[in-house]
Amino acid sequence: MPLIENGQIIEDRFLRVADEDALPEGVPVLIGADRFLKEAAALKGRQAPVGIIWPNNRPIADIAPYLDQLSLIALNFPTFRDGRAYSQARLLRERLGWTGPLRAIGQVLRDQFLLMERSGFDQVDAVKPADADAFDEAVHRYTVFYQPATPDERPSLLRQRLGRTVSGVPAGVPK
Amino acid sequence: MYVYDEFDRAFLAERVAEFRDQVGRRLSGALSEDEFKPLRLMNGVYLQLHAYMLRIAIPYGTLNSHQLRRMAHVARRYDRGYGHFTTRQNIQFNWIKLEELPEAMAALAEVGVHGIQTSGNCIRNVTTDQWAGATPGEYDDPRIWAEILRQYSTLHPEFTYLPRKFKIAITAAPQDRAAIKVHDVGLRLHRNEAGELGFEVLVGGGLGRTPFVGKLVRPFLPARDLLSYIEAIMRVYNQYGRRDNIYKARIKILVHEIGAEEFSKAVEAEWEAIREGALKMTDEMIAEIRGRFLYPDFATLADNPPELAEALKDARFATWHANSVHTHKVPGHAIVTISLKPVGAPPGDATADQMDVVADLADRYAFGEIRVGHEQNLCLPNVAQKDLPALWAALDAAGLATPNVNHVSDIIACPGLDYCSLANARAIPVAQEIAKRFSDLDRSRGIGRLHINISGCINACGHHHVGHIGILGVEKNGQEFYQITLGGRADEKAQLGTLLGPAVSYEQVPGLIEDVVETYLELRAGPQELFIDTVARLGVEPFKERVYAAH
Ligand code: HEM
Ligand code: SF4
Repeated sequence: MPLIENGQIIEDRFLRVADEDALPEGVPVLIGADRFLKEAAALKGRQAPVGIIWPNNRPIADIAPYLDQLSLIALNFPTFRDGRAYSQARLLRERLGWTGPLRAIGQVLRDQFLLMERSGFDQVDAVKPADADAFDEAVHRYTVFYQPATPDERPSLLRQRLGRTVSGVPAGVPK
Repeated sequence: MYVYDEFDRAFLAERVAEFRDQVGRRLSGALSEDEFKPLRLMNGVYLQLHAYMLRIAIPYGTLNSHQLRRMAHVARRYDRGYGHFTTRQNIQFNWIKLEELPEAMAALAEVGVHGIQTSGNCIRNVTTDQWAGATPGEYDDPRIWAEILRQYSTLHPEFTYLPRKFKIAITAAPQDRAAIKVHDVGLRLHRNEAGELGFEVLVGGGLGRTPFVGKLVRPFLPARDLLSYIEAIMRVYNQYGRRDNIYKARIKILVHEIGAEEFSKAVEAEWEAIREGALKMTDEMIAEIRGRFLYPDFATLADNPPELAEALKDARFATWHANSVHTHKVPGHAIVTISLKPVGAPPGDATADQMDVVADLADRYAFGEIRVGHEQNLCLPNVAQKDLPALWAALDAAGLATPNVNHVSDIIACPGLDYCSLANARAIPVAQEIAKRFSDLDRSRGIGRLHINISGCINACGHHHVGHIGILGVEKNGQEFYQITLGGRADEKAQLGTLLGPAVSYEQVPGLIEDVVETYLELRAGPQELFIDTVARLGVEPFKERVYAAH
């Protein structure tokens, strides 16, 4: 599955390791939340980077004490219709202050790329190669947004509109 | 009227382009039906019994004449010459071809009309009072706040894949015409003792298979905090709403399961964290949106002009006037309701020709503005009283002057088995049959205000739980049966109806409804006592006894 970061298809440095398998030395690994929480103390001594897959039915606030131990957080979309991870992503970025890489995994489709990007993901693990090729188009489909997403970068429409006034019926209203 | 600017138009064009691309990928097979479905639903496209159905939003129920005319065009060019106004300030077209959908949508987008978020598990079209801005005694025009919510919720990155659909309604008048207590979030705009504008916030109302009246979670929310508070509600719901069972996924179940108090605590905690953030509205922001609503340039006129007094000598006009004309906040003006319930027709249907007539009349007599209410009727909110006789004559000629608004034949009904793939029973023919029984206008005037609501299945699209008389289609051994409830209401005193007794067959329904009405006429304390008040006073028992004894 092609991994995209900030618009570029990149090599996945992180090795996904199942809960029952031993962690290889010197390689960045991506492991499940249960295992991480169990082994968190031991993992502190590890030289190579550790990433975590956080499930979407667990409060994201629980991850707060471990943030400085992590090099990657992956949030899961078990189906593309399950939108819990969008809230988790925003809370991670805006409430918990996570600035590291944030990856969308699971049923990640083209039609959700933009929502993911606006919710704070900077990596998407696309299911379909054709979707990955269309990444640029998918995230640039809109030139305008009504609501603020990540606070500083994208001003809200309500704000952008400040100072604009309407006198009479503006051009373009159908006659 | 709210005026779209180039920002809104750019967004709409981009949305249509996106949908065109999605339809293309569906047709090529790049998107499976499972993947395409939520995308088309969020653009208002259903796959129904006979064909694709297109549902179009009428934000806060307000249309201008150009928009209505364009809907007439779509009805004529892409459908079979009519459209169906629903209980959610939407219009539906039942017979559009998938290949022609992008084209129809582009035609609508040219006048700022679209199906965005009229379906799917997102924040739906925000609804409000169809008399907004025209009715006396309002605390503010609720459409300004509905528009703020429209902007905020449109393609919201975090809340586009919620556990289930999400409906918000707003009212700002003492009388609730928006049924806010049976919405996921109900907002009642009012002023506190200090004179500040704010919302009473109700959460967890809704109909469907588990009906609830919304619960109060905040008596007063300062108006400028609306968006951050809604975001807090949505975030709690998005994370904790159930996703294991589609029938338990609405916010009403979450509120019911954890309790309104717990729910409210979670929302308040989330709100505390964001209330001073990017969503806090300033007076300038609100003023900016407010400034985009243009109001008619009302002439200075007196109430009861001589033209009106003269016309009232005509009994037919007087009947219509008594029934369809309501007090306006500006002297010399009136609010006119246009019944889409002529006896014998499907409730809420309008032909393309009728839409054109209404658009023309709106231009001539009502500053080009039309409203759609949840009762499936239209409304001209700003008419000079002196023009009422001419307006009536034109409406009458187009079959749009049936004087039955709020009467027993002003029935709300979903499409039922005639169009809907989920239906258990017919709804439209039941409505038509009942309307025929009460087609005598003197009789129905004598009965007074009485709302009948019919749904073809438990999903409750016809709001049967909150009808004064509710009729619900169920299936028994492959046959259509109907459960009757009494005493529901959707206004400021909203409550759910009580079951009258065992379900009855299709053939029995009209007779049974007549018996219920006859029983009311016998039992009421006097001609002033409305049906709903008699039921409240006596309960359903006396009705049950009489009605079932007769059948
Ligand atoms: C024709 C295609 C339609 C389909 C497939 C459909 C489907 C549904 C479903 C499944 C629900 C229940 C959802 C839930 O509780 O989670 C529902 C609710 C509702 N529908 Fe429809 N509907 C259709 C048409 C309509 C029409 C024509 C109207 C208006 C006349 C309407 C108005 C409503 C309303 C007001 C509710 C709210 C009930 C509540 O508060 O839970 N729908 N619809
Ligand atoms: S109530 Fe049932 S039959 Fe009626 S429109 Fe809704 S889903 Fe269809």
